[in-house]
Amino acid sequence: MATVASPHSGTAAPDPHASYLAQKGLASWLFTLDHKRIGVMYLVAVLVSFLLGGIMAILVRLELLTPGRTIMDATTYNHVFSLHGVIMVFLFIIPSIPAAMGNIMLPVQLGTIDVAFPKLNLASFYIYCFGACFGLYSMIHGGVDTGWTFYTPYSSKFSNSAVIPMIGAAFIMGFSSILTGVNFIATVHKMRAKGLTWRRLPLFCWALYATSIIQVLATPVLAITLLLLIFERVLHLGIFDPSMGGDPVLFEHFFWFYSHPAVYIMIVPAMGVVSEIICTFSRRAPFGYFFIAMSSLGLALLGFLVWGHHLFVAGMSEYSTMVFSALTFLVGIPSGVKVFNWIATLYKGSIDLRSPMLYGLGFIFLFTIGGLTGLFLAMLAVDVHLHDTYFVVAHFHYVMVGGTVIAFVGGLHYWWPKFTGKMYDEGKARIAFALVFIGFNVTFMSQFVLGSRGMPRRYYDYLPEFTTLHQVSTVGSWILGVGFIVMLVMFIESLASGKKATNNPWGSVALEWTTPSPLPLHNFLKVPVITKGPYDYHLATEEELSED
Amino acid sequence: MASVNGMLLFQPLLDAKEPASDTAQLPVIMSSSGAGYDALYYFIYWFSVVFFVGIVGAMLYFVWKYRRQKGVKAAPTKDSTKLELTWTIIPFFMIIVMFHVSFDFYIHNAVASENALEVRVRGQRWNWSFQYPNGEGEGSVLYLPVNKPVKLVMSSSDVLHSFFIPAFRLKKDTVPGMYSQLAFTPTREGEAQVFCAEYCGAGEKPGSGGHYSMGAIIKVVSQAEYDKHMQEISGPGDKKPDEWGKELVQKSGCYTCHSVDGSAGTGPTYKGIFGRKENLSDGSSVDVDENYLRESILRPNAKVVKGFENGNMPPFVFTDAKLDAIIAYLKTVK
Repeated sequence: MATVASPHSGTAAPDPHASYLAQKGLASWLFTLDHKRIGVMYLVAVLVSFLLGGIMAILVRLELLTPGRTIMDATTYNHVFSLHGVIMVFLFIIPSIPAAMGNIMLPVQLGTIDVAFPKLNLASFYIYCFGACFGLYSMIHGGVDTGWTFYTPYSSKFSNSAVIPMIGAAFIMGFSSILTGVNFIATVHKMRAKGLTWRRLPLFCWALYATSIIQVLATPVLAITLLLLIFERVLHLGIFDPSMGGDPVLFEHFFWFYSHPAVYIMIVPAMGVVSEIICTFSRRAPFGYFFIAMSSLGLALLGFLVWGHHLFVAGMSEYSTMVFSALTFLVGIPSGVKVFNWIATLYKGSIDLRSPMLYGLGFIFLFTIGGLTGLFLAMLAVDVHLHDTYFVVAHFHYVMVGGTVIAFVGGLHYWWPKFTGKMYDEGKARIAFALVFIGFNVTFMSQFVLGSRGMPRRYYDYLPEFTTLHQVSTVGSWILGVGFIVMLVMFIESLASGKKATNNPWGSVALEWTTPSPLPLHNFLKVPVITKGPYDYHLATEEELSED
Repeated sequence: MASVNGMLLFQPLLDAKEPASDTAQLPVIMSSSGAGYDALYYFIYWFSVVFFVGIVGAMLYFVWKYRRQKGVKAAPTKDSTKLELTWTIIPFFMIIVMFHVSFDFYIHNAVASENALEVRVRGQRWNWSFQYPNGEGEGSVLYLPVNKPVKLVMSSSDVLHSFFIPAFRLKKDTVPGMYSQLAFTPTREGEAQVFCAEYCGAGEKPGSGGHYSMGAIIKVVSQAEYDKHMQEISGPGDKKPDEWGKELVQKSGCYTCHSVDGSAGTGPTYKGIFGRKENLSDGSSVDVDENYLRESILRPNAKVVKGFENGNMPPFVFTDAKLDAIIAYLKTVK
C-alpha cells in the first residue's frame, strides 16, 4: 500500500539516520510499524488513561472528605470508584511499562531494529484502542458500579450498570496484552544483537521477558472468566449464580487466577526499570545480576500459585487457606532478594541524585513498605481482620503506585532524552518528585491506620471516628495531584522549549545511550556488536562516562 | 430515618457507643482471641519496622557516603554467592516462623466449642438479620451473653456480603447458596460494631442505603440480661399489638426499603397500604388485605407490585402472633 509509511518498506525510504520523529503527518503515525512510534502512541494513550483514572481518584477522595454526602450520591460514588479501578488497572497500569516504555526500549536494549513482529505490534495497539472504545461506550452509558473485580452474582444479576461493554473492554484488551507478550518473547529470543548473550541481557529486558510469560499464560484465564460472566448475564447460564445452580466463589477463583499474576505483570517491569536507573546513577554493575534476573522469573512463577490469598475469608476450607498462606509468604523471598541487591549495588558506587534516581530510590522506600505490609496480609490470622479494609487499599497502592507508577515516572524521566531528544528542567522535576512522594505517603499511610482500626473499603459513608484520618488522606491526594500537574507542566515545557539532549546525558555505559537522542529511525547508525555487558562501568573509559 | 444527612445515614451504626481506643492501630478488644490477635499484629509490625529501618537506613547511608565526587570512581562489583544465599535462606526461616505462628493461631480459633450458642445470621441488601436458637429473630441488633462461646452460621440471600466485627478481629464472607461459620467468645460487655466488608452495591434512591450502611450492633450483655431480652422478643410484653408490630417492623429493617411518608423506596410505601388497590407486575391487580400482606411477608416474590420488580425482598420468618401484630401495625399507617 502506498500510504503505509514504514521504516522497513515502501518506495521512498526515509533516511535511516534521521530521528524516528522526523516524518510528519498523521498517517505516518497511524500506519507506522516502527516500535518507537507505536510505543509513543501507547504512551500517550496510557497517560490519558492515567489522567482520567486520576481524576476519578481525586473525586473519590473528595467525596470522603466528610461523612455523609460531600459532592455526590452513593450510586455515583460506586460508579466513580469502579471506574477508577477499571481504568487504572486495564487501561493504564497493565500496558504502562511493558507496552509503552518496553515497546520503545526493548529493541534498542537488544541492539536490534524492531520487535520480532512489527505488524502484530501495531495490531496490539489497535486492539487496545478498540477495547478502550468499549470502555468509553460503557462510561457514556452509565459506567459500572461493580468495582474492578466484577464479583458475581452482583455483576451478573443485580447491577443495573453497563457491565457487558466494560467486561467486553477488558476481554478485548486482554488480547492486546497476550499479543504484546508473544511479540516480546520472540523478540528477546530471536532478535538480540550479535554478542548479546543471555548473561549480558539488560535487567529491564529480563523483567519484560518474565512479564511477557505471565501475560501469555494468565490472560486467557481472564478472557474465559469474563466470557462466562457475559454468558451468565446475557444468556442466563448458571455458572456463578447459585440461584441457577452456579457458584459465586468459583468466579473469585477464576478472577484471581488471572488478577493475581496480573499484579506481577504490573510490578516486575517496574523492578526492571529501577534496576536500570540504580546502575546508571551509581555507575556500578548490579550486585547479583544473575539473582535479580532470576528473581523476576521466580516472581512470575510464584505469582501463579498464590491467588487463593484473595479468598482467605471467602469460605474456603481451612486447609486450602493454609497452603495459600504458605505459598504467599514465598513471594517475599524473590522480592527481598531484589531489594537487598539494589542496596548492595549502591555500596561503593558513585551516586548521583538526579530526578530519575530520586524515583529509583523512592521506589525502594515505598515498595519496601508495600512488601512488608504484604506480610501482614499473608499471615492468615492477621489477614482475617485486615481483609477488605483500607489496610488492603493502602497496601496495594503502595505496591501499584509507590512501586509501579513511581518506576514508570522514573523511567519516563530516565529515557525522556532518548524518546524526545529534549532535556527537562531538573529543578521542576525535583519539586514534582517531592510533592508526589510526600503527597503519596500522606494519602496512603493514613489508610493503613484506617484499615487496622476497622474501616471497610468501598464505603460511601463512614463513622465519625474515622473522619480525621479520611481528611488527612484527602489532603494528601491534593498534594499528590499538584505534584503530577507540576510534572506535566515540566514535560510539556521540555517538549516545547527543552534544551537539546546529548546522546548520553547520564554518563551511562548501557547500549541505548551510545546511539543518538532522539533515537534514529533504525535505532543505531550502524549495526551494533556487543562485546561487553550493559553495566560494565569498570571497563568504561572517561570518555564513555562523560555526560554528553 | 435514613436521610442524606451524613450522621443519619449511619443511624443503626451510631447506636453503638464510641469504642474506646486500646492502641493506636487497633480498636478495642471484646473477644477471647483479641489479645492474641493484637500480639501477632504488633509482632509483625515491629518486625517490619526493624526491616524497613535497616533497608532504608542502609540506602540513605550509602547514598550519602558514596555520593558522586570528582575523581572518585565506583568500585567494580564483585558478586558474592555466599551473601545471596544468606539473604535468601535467613528470610526463608523467618517466614516459616511467621507462617507457623499465624496458622496455629488461626486454626485454634476457627473451631467452635461443642456447647457454643448457635446463631443464624442472614445477610441481605442492605441489612443483617439474626435468629436465636429459640427460633426468635431480629434485625440489625444481636444480643450475646458474655463469656459464652458462640457459633454464627451465616448465609446470604442475594449477593456476597462479609460479616466483619472489628472488636472481635473477625470476618467471614456470607455467600448465597452456602453456609459459612464464625466462632468466638465475647469477653467484654458492651457494643461491638458490625460492618459489611464485601461490596454489595447501593440503592438508586438517596437514603435507600447500600454497602456502606449495612451495619449491625452486637450487644454483649450478662447472661441475665440476655435471658431477659429473649423473653422480650418472644412476646408482646405489655405492648398493644400494633405497637409490637411497629417494633418488629423496625427491628427487621423493613424501613430500609419501605417508607411511611408516601415516597417510593426500593419497595412500596406503607402509607395507606391496607385496603389500597395495587397493580401487580403480571398485569393483574389486588386489594391489599390481611392475606395479601401475610403472603408478601412470607413469600415476597409471589405477587410483586408493578414497578418494584427489582426489589428482591428476602422472605421473612415470623410466628403467627408476630404476623398478626405486624398486620395490625400496617393498618394504622395512614
